Amino acid sequence: MSTRHILLGLLAAGPSHGYDLKRRHDERFPQARPLAYGQVYTTLQRLVRDGLAQIDGTESDGGPERTTYRSTEDGSRELARWAGEIAPPAPFVTNEIFAKVVVSILSGGDAAAYLRAQRDAHMERMRQLTAVKTAKGADLATVLSADYALNHLDADLRWMTTTAARLTTLTAEVDSA
Amino acid sequence: MNNGDGKVPLLAARGLTKAHGRTEALRGASVELGAGEMLAVTGASGSGKSTLLHCLAGIVRPDAGSVTYAGERLDRLPERRLSELRRSDFGVVFQFGQLIPELTALDNVALPLMLAGTSRGDARARAGEWLERFGVRGQGDLRPGEMSGGQAQRTALARALVTGPRIVFADEPTGALDSLSSEQVMTSLTHTARETGTTVLLITHDAQVAAYADREIRLTDGVVAGAGVTA
Repeated sequence: MSTRHILLGLLAAGPSHGYDLKRRHDERFPQARPLAYGQVYTTLQRLVRDGLAQIDGTESDGGPERTTYRSTEDGSRELARWAGEIAPPAPFVTNEIFAKVVVSILSGGDAAAYLRAQRDAHMERMRQLTAVKTAKGADLATVLSADYALNHLDADLRWMTTTAARLTTLTAEVDSA
Repeated sequence: MNNGDGKVPLLAARGLTKAHGRTEALRGASVELGAGEMLAVTGASGSGKSTLLHCLAGIVRPDAGSVTYAGERLDRLPERRLSELRRSDFGVVFQFGQLIPELTALDNVALPLMLAGTSRGDARARAGEWLERFGVRGQGDLRPGEMSGGQAQRTALARALVTGPRIVFADEPTGALDSLSSEQVMTSLTHTARETGTTVLLITHDAQVAAYADREIRLTDGVVAGAGVTA
């Protein structure tokens, strides 16, 4: 995910300082890894260097002085370009689950047992995400984020189910290669 | 196998077998359901999920094996006692709600109460409360044909729960719904079951629906797959 574009997106609502941007990022993308402060400040400096953001001023609210940033016109254009850009329909066929199944077959391991255990772990995570999104008062960002993860886990799960059913054929193919 | 807390299960089946003609739908399936638990039974088409539900709910008798509900052997009960139990303790929801097309949503939900001897006025008042709980009170005057699939299924859930059953059996309750309607139905069911302490057995082929349950068992060719069992 492009942190610089996410920060530009958050700045689109108005000038903000690094601490506030981090907080709003973590709120908006609750299932994502929280942003490190260092990463926020480095990214803001690069946005300024590239002319996509500029320093708006400083504020203190009684505490330490904080630099506030705002998006520039170039920043708004870049954000609009990025937001409308089609993401590559990524084929995830090289992912770890796939690799482990093939390696397991190559090395005479128990791929079926691995798939059952992995499936159980996926289901457990899906139960957690379902509980998060159906909790009373869950906000839209949380629901959307949980939906996204659930649909991807579900896709993995369907692949694992089909693979478990195909395993006999797949083992024969790998063995004869 | 137990339900994880060491308590006596509310419903338990051991070694169930059931054949439809020459097809063996169940080949030694065992399952336990704890009080207040929501269990998802998943598996491919033809894996025996619906037959298992029918045996557990006392709708059909297994060829062999036992079904014990609250200490009673369901598979040995005389038909009269069995239908009494189905009316008083069990609620059932199917994929296509199977509401009575000539009755409004409100009367569909009131009907089980009236059959149990509640007056029409009281039954309709309680039915209204249950439609409210499932978010379809505004559709109370509509007939099933005038409702969306999701509204009809939420009405069917209200009808299954209105008599205060201890167990609700739901056979692919979201099978005919789009993902948002399915979410509304499952959220209503989960919240209501938790609030009322109702036990739920949920049959589904959809992992996202199964994820609403506390636990999942998978059926493969009429037996329960899982740890130590070859799928």
